[in-house]
Amino acid sequence: MSAAAQGTSKAAHGDVGPKKKKGPGALATAYLVIYNVVMTAGWLVIAVGLVRAYLARGSYHGLYYSIEKPLKFFQTGALLEILHCAVGIVPSSVVLTGFQVMSRVFLTWAVTHSIREVQSEDSVLLFVTAWTVTEIIRYSFYTFSLLNHLPYLIKWARYTFFIVLYPMGVSGELLTIYAALPYVQKTGLYSVTLPNKYNFSFDYYSFLILVMISYIPLFPQLYFHMIRQRKKVLGHTEDYSKVE
Amino acid sequence: MFHKSHPQWYPARQSIRLDPKGKSLKDEDVLQHLPVGTTATFYFRDLGAQISWVTVFLTEYTGPLVIYLLFYFRVPFIYAPKYDFTTSKHWVVHLACMCHSFHYVKRLLETLFVHRFSHGTMPLRNIFKNCTYYWGFAAWMAYYINHPLYTPPTYGEQQIRLALIIFLFCQIGNFSIHIALRNLRPPGSKTRKIPYPTKNPFTWIFLLVSCPNYTYELGSWLGFTLMTQCLPVAFFTLVGFMQMTVWAKGKHRSYLKEFRDYPPLRSPILPFIL
Repeated sequence: MSAAAQGTSKAAHGDVGPKKKKGPGALATAYLVIYNVVMTAGWLVIAVGLVRAYLARGSYHGLYYSIEKPLKFFQTGALLEILHCAVGIVPSSVVLTGFQVMSRVFLTWAVTHSIREVQSEDSVLLFVTAWTVTEIIRYSFYTFSLLNHLPYLIKWARYTFFIVLYPMGVSGELLTIYAALPYVQKTGLYSVTLPNKYNFSFDYYSFLILVMISYIPLFPQLYFHMIRQRKKVLGHTEDYSKVE
Repeated sequence: MFHKSHPQWYPARQSIRLDPKGKSLKDEDVLQHLPVGTTATFYFRDLGAQISWVTVFLTEYTGPLVIYLLFYFRVPFIYAPKYDFTTSKHWVVHLACMCHSFHYVKRLLETLFVHRFSHGTMPLRNIFKNCTYYWGFAAWMAYYINHPLYTPPTYGEQQIRLALIIFLFCQIGNFSIHIALRNLRPPGSKTRKIPYPTKNPFTWIFLLVSCPNYTYELGSWLGFTLMTQCLPVAFFTLVGFMQMTVWAKGKHRSYLKEFRDYPPLRSPILPFIL
């Protein structure tokens, strides 16, 4: 999901003097450009992989296996983005970015990878497709922004495609978690019961249900935030300076 | 005076400043002594609904006291029905209940008789946030410690004895610091002074630490974790430590800013480390 932050810079606390972060330095910019180009390329690989597999098999079924490895690699690689915020070369909130990346990583590893039976579900294709298109647009948006040559088309795409892709991704994610529930309950996956030495218990099944419920307050907030951002960014035809 | 013309903005929620981006004026500031000419312009900001610190503390501390006891006495609908109103067969569970209850009773008494608050009030929404934190964690910890399937510490009596010593030592330490801080401030005043070690050995830690009340609090909960050997207690200790570190660093920075001669050897919360 795209991270849109404004003015979440550390300079807002006022206990330090006029120390304004002027954005990343030259070295950091070069690194970020490389990072975003690599990520764009990676998600393009996944997109191409999906298309080729579909053409080869003639059906939507089981396409996950054809892109399993690059998906894991590039989605997990996004953890670096948390580091970028923490170090300050990207002006986003660490908490917000962390939350978004962790939710993706959670779905990739703790649900799809961990529960074999779920991998052939069509809902997996639904969210993988949504993620793929979103990320290709998002990373190319960042790349062009860093180079100060942002084509309007990319900006438009970033702030428009989400209208369909976001609900699509959320549906795929929820359906996948839902499909995983019976297997988790049956096998007691990632669950700890009493009695044990550390007097702790964890029921992964209940946890997954809580995760699903959490989408209810969270999804509308994030969705309408993007809609507001869209009005602001695309609402006028003048060019605004780089908006994250 | 402002309150008369705008009754919904009682004094506690008024923030008055001379400059929109400046700091708020204090309650004690006198008009004659302010840097203004024959006419003065004040800027008002609504701080939102307020609630007194004392009210918040009493509410957030009474919760854990009561909630823990509900689990200790195994009130119905928590554990399986056959365990209703039974008591644990492990003596450490009884000890843990005494320690936990003592801790919160101490906090309540300190709130009523010891602490001298700088601010009368805080934003109302804090009470919901704070109570969720304290009450939630208390329930989570109490559930496991008082569970019929609770497993006592691996090293038995030795471990529990050591843990109890640490807990009591840190409780006394924490209380000593609260008394020392109270004595820095005459009744009804809001003065701030650098705290120094007193005759009480438990305050000698002021030589090395700015906020030893937090240091001792961490120690108490480490003791309780060791006593109960319960992972949720360890989590609670960790989260509390993280929050207290943030507060300690803030307080330490304020001390440094306000006092030129602040002792350089001191760390915010952990001697030499943090």
